[in-house]
Amino acid sequence: MTVAAKKKVLRRRVATAAALRSRAISFRVPWTLVIFVIMATVPWVGSRYDTFLAAQITIDALFAVSLNLLLGTTGLVSFGHVAYFGVGAYVCGILMKTYEVPFSLAFPAAGLGAALFALISGYFCVRLIKLYFAMLTLAFSQIVWAIAYKWNAVTGGDQGLPEIPYPNLDWMSAIPGCGDLSIGARFYLLTLVIVAVSLAAVHRVVRSPFGRVLTTIRDNPERAAFLGINVRLYRLAAFVVAGGLAGLAGALYGIFSRGVFADYVFWSKSAEILIMTILGGIGYFWGPPVGAAALVWLNQVITDYTQYWSFVLGVILLVLLFGFPGGIVGGLDLLWQRVKRLRNA
Amino acid sequence: MGGLTTAMFLFLIASGLSLIFGVMRIINFAHGSFYMFGAYLAWQAVQWLHPTGGRFWLAALLAAVGVGILGAVTERLFFRSLYGREELYQLLFTYALVLILGDAAKFIWGTDQLSVSAPPALAGSVQILGTTQPLYSLFIIAIGPAIAFALWWVLNRTGAGRMIRAAQMDREMLDALGANVATVYTVTFALSAFLAGLSGALVTPIQSIVPGMDVLIIVQAFIVVVIGGMGSLWGTFWGSVIYGQVLSFGILIFPGFSLFSVFALMAVILIVRPWGLFGRPL
Amino acid sequence: MLEVSNISKSFGGFRAVSGVSLTVDTKQIAAVIGPNGAGKSTLFNLITGHLQPDSGAVRLDSRDITGVPPYRICRMGIGRSFQRTNIFPRLTVFENLQAAFLVHYGRGRNFWSRADALYRDETDDLLALVGLVGQEGTIAGVLSYGNQKQLELGLALASDPAVLLLDEPTAGMSAAETHETIQLLQRIVAQRGLTLLFTEHDMEVVFSIAQKIAVLHQGRIIADGRPEEVRCEPEVRRVYLGHRLMDAQRQ
Repeated sequence: MTVAAKKKVLRRRVATAAALRSRAISFRVPWTLVIFVIMATVPWVGSRYDTFLAAQITIDALFAVSLNLLLGTTGLVSFGHVAYFGVGAYVCGILMKTYEVPFSLAFPAAGLGAALFALISGYFCVRLIKLYFAMLTLAFSQIVWAIAYKWNAVTGGDQGLPEIPYPNLDWMSAIPGCGDLSIGARFYLLTLVIVAVSLAAVHRVVRSPFGRVLTTIRDNPERAAFLGINVRLYRLAAFVVAGGLAGLAGALYGIFSRGVFADYVFWSKSAEILIMTILGGIGYFWGPPVGAAALVWLNQVITDYTQYWSFVLGVILLVLLFGFPGGIVGGLDLLWQRVKRLRNA
Repeated sequence: MGGLTTAMFLFLIASGLSLIFGVMRIINFAHGSFYMFGAYLAWQAVQWLHPTGGRFWLAALLAAVGVGILGAVTERLFFRSLYGREELYQLLFTYALVLILGDAAKFIWGTDQLSVSAPPALAGSVQILGTTQPLYSLFIIAIGPAIAFALWWVLNRTGAGRMIRAAQMDREMLDALGANVATVYTVTFALSAFLAGLSGALVTPIQSIVPGMDVLIIVQAFIVVVIGGMGSLWGTFWGSVIYGQVLSFGILIFPGFSLFSVFALMAVILIVRPWGLFGRPL
Repeated sequence: MLEVSNISKSFGGFRAVSGVSLTVDTKQIAAVIGPNGAGKSTLFNLITGHLQPDSGAVRLDSRDITGVPPYRICRMGIGRSFQRTNIFPRLTVFENLQAAFLVHYGRGRNFWSRADALYRDETDDLLALVGLVGQEGTIAGVLSYGNQKQLELGLALASDPAVLLLDEPTAGMSAAETHETIQLLQRIVAQRGLTLLFTEHDMEVVFSIAQKIAVLHQGRIIADGRPEEVRCEPEVRRVYLGHRLMDAQRQ
């Protein structure tokens, strides 16, 4: 199966799963398990390039889901989410490259570092109304960028940190079938497992009472306050969790792309991840991963034909805004509702 | 001196951004793209009119008007359908414009650096306070306040300007009074685009025209408007001055520091006084 | 017992509430009436912490709650409904009420359980109480106005308040709906032993259930006492448009 066809199947499956599950509590077929298995087979079934794409999708999926915890669940529009991605990438990269700290320590440290930065910046951000909140998140994100760009001693400045080492994955030889895999493929599998576990955890959180409280804050913060909710505190909590997760995604990305560079943290990246999330559909848990898959795949296909990827992305965004505000999953959900109605008629 | 030139030319750009925000309550990311188009159109106009130089002012005016029209058309065709939708969608629309216009410029004019020479009258330099300053930079410093006064006059002494200011303060009331709010929006958008295009055109003698200039400028314009206060003309003016000074001092203290310091200043203002030095709480 | 002492609030030069004092005894039903713009909603906002008073105090059972933030006031046992329906539009009716219970029972910090499974019985009971059985799965944003008001009441009751503040509970309702709402309110208040303070424009509602009426005009209390007394006050009849209705009530 070609990459394109596989991605199409993947997207369709994920979208149907989302459409089925969007309000259902239990589901008949474990679609998410099916997708996980499919993605796990990529290193054997696909080419090295397929593995590269799959890894990109996986990491972006985590990053986008973390943003959607803010955007879709809590109603917080952040333009600076890439700051935490960047902090995670740099913390992990610096620890592993400069200080030769093992991945098993550097990785959680990245998440904690990002969460800590989210706590500090979030403390100031959540006190502001919508518009100023967005602007302050952008300001903090550009501060991170400015530090990354200029602090040559620690971050490598505009040269960045090339050649981040892979973690030691020799232990994976013990797993049946993995012995022949390259280090890149092994890291992909590790990434897939980490992201799958993280997504499962976030899913749990979103369905928990805490997550329910966040949705009330999204729908009507004034009313939420008058149910007894300390709105600022919950927003801050969501901000910290989202930041930490973004940091984990950043750490993985730094290793995956074999380097951490300042332009990872430029504000246009925040815009990209926003588009990805909305493309998939912010009202659905699986929206962002679908958006990630769609955008990575589209980028691949389009840049083969033309250098004007920005133009295409802009047009896609326009189509989204004017035609499909619910994103891909939203569109499919509408379709599914219509099919159900026809069936019941 | 360098700080003042930067400040005034930033003021030219940021004034349009502040105006749009004051009336329509959105941050127009595409403002930088309008600026860039102003520069490219000015270059194009010079090529058509008199490639060997001269006719700079006409070219600049044509470019500004061209971008103004572009702004009006964009508002009428697209932006109008987004009113009443969530602000996030409006913001993303302006970002879509950035993407589209950015590549459109690349497509039309390529990726090479272009430049326009200063008009002969302002082409030289002059000795001031023991340093040599290009005449054109002085021109920019002079035009800043000139445009500020012109804008002030338009906003406070003309009927159209008063409508714009009324829309800034209370949209619904204006509508209730029977004014055509939709037209006010189109005019505001067009005026803002005109200002962006004009600044882009006027900056061409001292800055080369390159792809990416839209992205670089919008962040700076944004900081200026945040510091000064969104929607406030004088706020934007003083915000630009402060930005220019912080930037030049930052460079003196520690070269890497100035970049950090402007963003830190932006963050501090948002934390302490989010509506800016001269702005009004929303 | 809810006690408001000499509370004042100005916006710029405009005195919205000026030296208002009001006492509602435990289990009493009291109403605040007055023409539009008299300051009724502002007064409510001052009591529930949405606004900080310039001067004066609010006490709940001798405990000073002046200017305490809304989320804490709610936990102290004051429930409130809002004039413009204030529900969670993207959640279902069931989820709206369930969320209120989740918070009331302190489960907000629970990151792990399934929110759907908790407090289903309590939510069902409350749905029945406010008359929304059958609407559980409806998205709150598409409910009819009347149903939204019922949901609004449900949200206020979910936190099991001792004092209930209702801002125009029958606004926009037909005569039949108003009648039903009055009966419902009376039943709930009796059942739960609530203290009720409400504002209203509908004089029928006020005179049928209020035990005490305070009249607000231009930010000041101009009358305060039992319905029969207040009705006869010439000042009240002079400023309040409903004097014809008040005559009708007398018959």
